[in-house]
Amino acid sequence: MAYLDHAATTPMLDEAIEAYAATAREVGNPSSLHAAGRCARRHVEESRERIAAALGSRPSEVIFTGGGTEADNLAVKGIFWARRAESPGRIRVIASAVEHHAVLDSVEWLVRHEGAVATWLPVDPAGKVDPATLAEALDDDVALVTAMWANNEVGTVQPVADLAALAAAAKVPFHTDAVQAVGQVPVDFAASGAAALTVTGHKVGGPVGVGALLLGRDVTVTPLSHGGGQERDVRSGTLDAPGIVAFAVAVETSVKTQREYAARVSALRDALVAGVRGVVPDVIYNGDPVDRLPSNAHFSFPGCEGDALLLLLDAQGVACSTGSACSAGVAQPSHVLLAMGNADDRARSSLRFTLGHTSTQADVDALISALPAAVERARRAGMIKSSR
Amino acid sequence: MSGGVDSAVAAARAAAGGHDVTGVHLALSRNPQTYRSGARGCCTLEDSRDARRAADVIGIPFYVWDMADRFHEDVVDDFVAEYAAGRTPNPCLRCNEKIKFAAVLDRAIALGFDAVVTGHHARLGADGLLRRSVDLAKDQSYVLAVLTREQLDRSMFPLGDTTKAQVREEAAARGLSVADKPDSHDICFIADGDTRGFLADRLGEEPGDIVDALTGAVVGSHAGAYGYTVGQRRGLNIGVPAPDGKPRYVLSITPVTNTVTVGPVEALEVSTVSGERPVWTGGALPDGPVECEVQLRAHGTPVPAVVTLQDGALVASLRSPARGVAPGQAVVAYRPDAAGDIVLGSATIR
Repeated sequence: MAYLDHAATTPMLDEAIEAYAATAREVGNPSSLHAAGRCARRHVEESRERIAAALGSRPSEVIFTGGGTEADNLAVKGIFWARRAESPGRIRVIASAVEHHAVLDSVEWLVRHEGAVATWLPVDPAGKVDPATLAEALDDDVALVTAMWANNEVGTVQPVADLAALAAAAKVPFHTDAVQAVGQVPVDFAASGAAALTVTGHKVGGPVGVGALLLGRDVTVTPLSHGGGQERDVRSGTLDAPGIVAFAVAVETSVKTQREYAARVSALRDALVAGVRGVVPDVIYNGDPVDRLPSNAHFSFPGCEGDALLLLLDAQGVACSTGSACSAGVAQPSHVLLAMGNADDRARSSLRFTLGHTSTQADVDALISALPAAVERARRAGMIKSSR
Repeated sequence: MSGGVDSAVAAARAAAGGHDVTGVHLALSRNPQTYRSGARGCCTLEDSRDARRAADVIGIPFYVWDMADRFHEDVVDDFVAEYAAGRTPNPCLRCNEKIKFAAVLDRAIALGFDAVVTGHHARLGADGLLRRSVDLAKDQSYVLAVLTREQLDRSMFPLGDTTKAQVREEAAARGLSVADKPDSHDICFIADGDTRGFLADRLGEEPGDIVDALTGAVVGSHAGAYGYTVGQRRGLNIGVPAPDGKPRYVLSITPVTNTVTVGPVEALEVSTVSGERPVWTGGALPDGPVECEVQLRAHGTPVPAVVTLQDGALVASLRSPARGVAPGQAVVAYRPDAAGDIVLGSATIR
């Protein structure tokens, strides 16, 4: 199989699997007072320190969660509630139009249920936010600003430091979903100026179901869940020591190897893009050509439906993604592609290929050899649809 | 794969037969319900998950194809328009004609597949003839009779030689969890089974007269002529008793005047039925009258008849009169056969 969907999830690193297994064999709740508990606590705190060191935060700023979605929900809802509690007029949430659904739907939930008002920052045709639009949108009524570090569909890297600086100047907390960015591009929490940053394990070679919100010490959040008061009273629930240990190993390793990884994978990605262009000359390469994740290639195939192409490539052992949200498996046109100013058809005709630490030239070759026949068939199927 | 037992076993048999099979679940509702309710056996997210699990167990790829827009245009809107025109449509038949063996089949062929396999209970052998299922109670050849030769040539019905009970046994033996899932009935897009309410929501209430065919007298009123079907007796709420004291039946519906005409059961009897848009798949087009049986509604009793094709119409002269022949339903001609009655052709009753 040619696995070209690393942005969905990437294989766990061997050292993360070993760290997980070693910790899972031990007993101990990190909140327990006895020796076994202290040992588990030590694993968690060492992991917290490793993650903090890798991502430029203080250990006390690392709040472990059950993954990226939970961290995004905690940041968006928790900061909104806390800010509004301080001052009832703060009801506005500013977010980029291309956020992951974990942020997008959290904001929309606040609008529907909490009286929030959303301001969506537009993006240019490459998917990038113009900081000037944020400067214009900032006002006294803003509870928080959220903009992702890098987009999960088209891979565009946002001017996060500029956005964070504008928010900081307006004394508004800035959250960034860095789930796709960590390990791919340099990510430094302190240097970024962000008040909160989301990271997750399974995109960097750690396990699914563990992530963290890096939360500035001076940023107040209202908890989503209540219970034992773990994690600064912000995120109750027994700490997942094996998951956290493996997560820390993966974050540390991916950050440590980021430069050489990016060089190797971006060369492979460039070969993929050149190969796709070679066999499908009218393909459209989406996203920013420069400010882009090294592992991401995203195309529109005119005349094809993305899900038809996906089916045909899947049958040839090539795994990729339409990059769009699915409910009951029905593809909706991507809100990211639409926000970039594309018509419905182009949004539906797109496919995402994402490389990772296990990718090789053979994966790229498999795609390039399967693609021409798949595109030809998908075009035939697409013509039926448009001719009726 | 609807999520029901029939399509699951059909897929399993096709895969076991050495075919390269891909499971497809059709998303037909624009706003699918999360859970099944009532007698519906498809179209909810739960059904989609059931279909996916069956595909997992069989070991075939599985995808959901979004056909909601086409289904609404070609089946639901058509259903409403047919009732509005005073006819009684069969949406399952229309779905086979326009969706399963048209939109889905065309897409599949373009993508490189050879045929569409469904769990319909009908036989389609090497001779290319469509026959009734061995399970006459579950036979679905009537709703497939609308298919053309080109459509049939690219279809497979692996369950035609199997009774429903055997299908369930086989599903259980194959480890398919849908083995004892209840049969679906009713119209899949009318969740609560209230067809008249569904139509009233879309067509509005429009009170009109119920008229006695014999006397011409107004004998009652209705909230919309579309709510009635030829041959219907129940729910007429006629206040005035008939002169002969016998029950009255709906004889015809006239949308232009919004009139429902009723009369005695004898007046329902017809001895000639003609249908438009004929399809003939039971061999070469006949150049003369064909002795056969015709079926005039789903699960209806076959009637001996002589069928001719003339001027783009199919005309059936019935050997004995039939009652409750509703425009919009299909007239399907069968040739009785020991190996399963053969579908000769079909047309839409005018």
